[in-house]
Amino acid sequence: MPKLSSPMPSVTDDEVAVDPADYARAEINASLKPKQKIGFFREMIRIRRFEQTSLKYYNQGMMGGFLHLYIGQEAVAVGTVSLMGKNDHVITAYRDHGHALAVGMGMNECMAELFGKATGCSRGKGGSMHFFAPDKNYWGGHGIVGGQTPLGLGLAYGLKYKGLKGCALCFMGDGAVNQGAYHESLNLAALWKLPVVYIIENNKYSMGTTLERSSAMRNCLAERADGYGIVWDIANGEDLYEVRAKTANAMRRAHEQSLPTVLEVDTYRYYGHSVADANAKKYRSPEEIERYKTHHDPISLWKKRLMDEGVLTEAEAEAIDEAAKDEADVAAQFAIDSDSPAPETIFEDVYWEVDNKTEAGSTGRHFFSE
Amino acid sequence: MPLITYRKALNDALAEEIIRDENVVIIGEEVAQYNGAYKVTEGLWQRFGDKRVVDAPISEAGFIGMGIGASMLGVRPVMELMFWSFAYVAWDQIINNAGQVRYMSGGLINCPIVIRGPANGGTNVGATHSHTPENFIANTPGLKVVCPATAYDAKGLMKAAIRDNDPVCVMENTLLYGESWEVPEEEYVIPLGVADIKREGTDVSLIAHGRAVITALKAAEILAAEHDINAEVLDLRSIRPLDEEAILNTVRKTHRAVLVDENKPFCGVSAQIAATIQEKAFDDLDAPVQRVCSLDAPAIYSPALENLQLPTVARIIEKVLHIR
Ligand SMILES: Cc1ncc(C[n+]2csc(CCOP(=O)(O)OP(=O)(O)O)c2C)c(N)n1
Ligand SMILES: [Mg+2]
Repeated sequence: MPKLSSPMPSVTDDEVAVDPADYARAEINASLKPKQKIGFFREMIRIRRFEQTSLKYYNQGMMGGFLHLYIGQEAVAVGTVSLMGKNDHVITAYRDHGHALAVGMGMNECMAELFGKATGCSRGKGGSMHFFAPDKNYWGGHGIVGGQTPLGLGLAYGLKYKGLKGCALCFMGDGAVNQGAYHESLNLAALWKLPVVYIIENNKYSMGTTLERSSAMRNCLAERADGYGIVWDIANGEDLYEVRAKTANAMRRAHEQSLPTVLEVDTYRYYGHSVADANAKKYRSPEEIERYKTHHDPISLWKKRLMDEGVLTEAEAEAIDEAAKDEADVAAQFAIDSDSPAPETIFEDVYWEVDNKTEAGSTGRHFFSE
Repeated sequence: MPLITYRKALNDALAEEIIRDENVVIIGEEVAQYNGAYKVTEGLWQRFGDKRVVDAPISEAGFIGMGIGASMLGVRPVMELMFWSFAYVAWDQIINNAGQVRYMSGGLINCPIVIRGPANGGTNVGATHSHTPENFIANTPGLKVVCPATAYDAKGLMKAAIRDNDPVCVMENTLLYGESWEVPEEEYVIPLGVADIKREGTDVSLIAHGRAVITALKAAEILAAEHDINAEVLDLRSIRPLDEEAILNTVRKTHRAVLVDENKPFCGVSAQIAATIQEKAFDDLDAPVQRVCSLDAPAIYSPALENLQLPTVARIIEKVLHIR
């Protein structure tokens, strides 16, 4: 049975130190090799350095559009994605760089996409909000708030239809929970017993609107799943062990019983909603941001944890960080050196049948520009 | 050739494709146990069972979006909308997800999904139930849309739509479901983007799609019998892709065009056809292109008036006589 009134994990108190001891002992974590733990550290650092580098070039006017930074939330993507097997799939919203790197997309193709270059993961056609890598079971990158939630359900449906033992991890923000498409998806997920895990990355804000001003709730957002008879849980997103332990439970439920779960992960973003968010410091206090950075940073906490465990040294951590910075710099240079897409590619990737020059794609006019 | 109804032709197409491809699954409201709100899926659930024919709750955004997600993984869902008028609650899923995901992924993803159902006025069900959104769909590169006018075309186009690797919207017509046409017993597929001359003529081209083709054919008979005008009727069948060659050929042959369209006139399908003709066949025209569309107001309920709101035989004849 779902817990009815679990309180939200509190991370607002300066002094609350996370005690990850229990989650570290969870089976899924107890079996981790030092190398894997260091790997998670490396993945989180890579996401952060990638984004900081992208921010630098964004501020130089070298990219278009929006840039929604994931910084502060890294443990969520890295922790959850680390559990994925061959038939597990990921789909998320527009704050998608973290998940993309976590599934193994290269910094080069991601950075080039931000620069709108032909070498980008989406050939320069998607941009920051629309990264894709189906070969890595990564289905985007979706710009419409909540719009990806039925798609995630569809991935789960497809797996079940094909008799594959896998699940879909469908990420969304705390603002997306108020979209109808999400609620329709929850109903269908429960009704048809589909192996989907909805992961609400609750960073407390949807643009400039606080949780309190956007969502009616009893105790937390995940709890709404009760209405659909879906098991739900909450996790502290600054603790990678806890994220993994809770996600593993949800994934097991999907794999073994073909049942959905809603998992709400408590987290925080350090930057504005997007880099263009002029009000980033108005709807929340600088002190609040500082408090999270100082006491609740998932990367610092993980690093400390690994050092306490004797798995990682300061020097090793430093070297990993340096390597991540270098990798991001190389990616930026790769993006700068890459060509923009050729004008004729505007009409490519619209229709499969046309791209593949099939008979079906050869009858009738498909494009109406001169 | 046996005479079968438009409804049965669609039903046969669905059954044949379910048998042909194990990935084809039919999902929609009342499609299984109830046999379909308009009985298009009649008997399919009994024949093929729960896995292949699935009753969905009234949740268009949810289940259409789900179908799109499943199609990305290679399932080939055929989603029924009880009415295309209900597509608007799933509009984001159709336009933003099915329509754009291939492009935004730089061609890494495709959505082999079919979304089908009736899209027509003329049944006195008021404005919310009488939409013809083929122009909206055709306005979205990435989506395809066909509007069959006969049982023969309905079957052939449905099979092509299901085999297509892009999202295809099939817009049917409740007023045609019970009408019968000759349909061969042998298997056939009608490629998307190929128009069909439904009546050969020499004096004027009536260019139409969907049920407007039937109205145009009736007008052509009267024009021949009473006005000595031999009209050609071109059925577009497919809106996007569009058989532009066929449009230009008929105009070059008759030098006059009257476009008959159950869409509304403003940015409707006929507006695109008119633009194409003036761009590419202006010198072949002996008269301005004329249009007969649905009268430009929300679909009226009143049975007496709705028949006047849709393109009528009388209005077509009037336009033809105007430019003869
Ligand atoms: C349907 C829709 N409405 C509004 C927007 C504009 N918008 C983009 S992100 C956003 C806030 C979403 O917040 P949340 O779901 O909490 O995700 P977060 O940005 O915190 O990751 C808004 C309002 C949109 N992209 N789509
Ligand atoms: Mg948020």
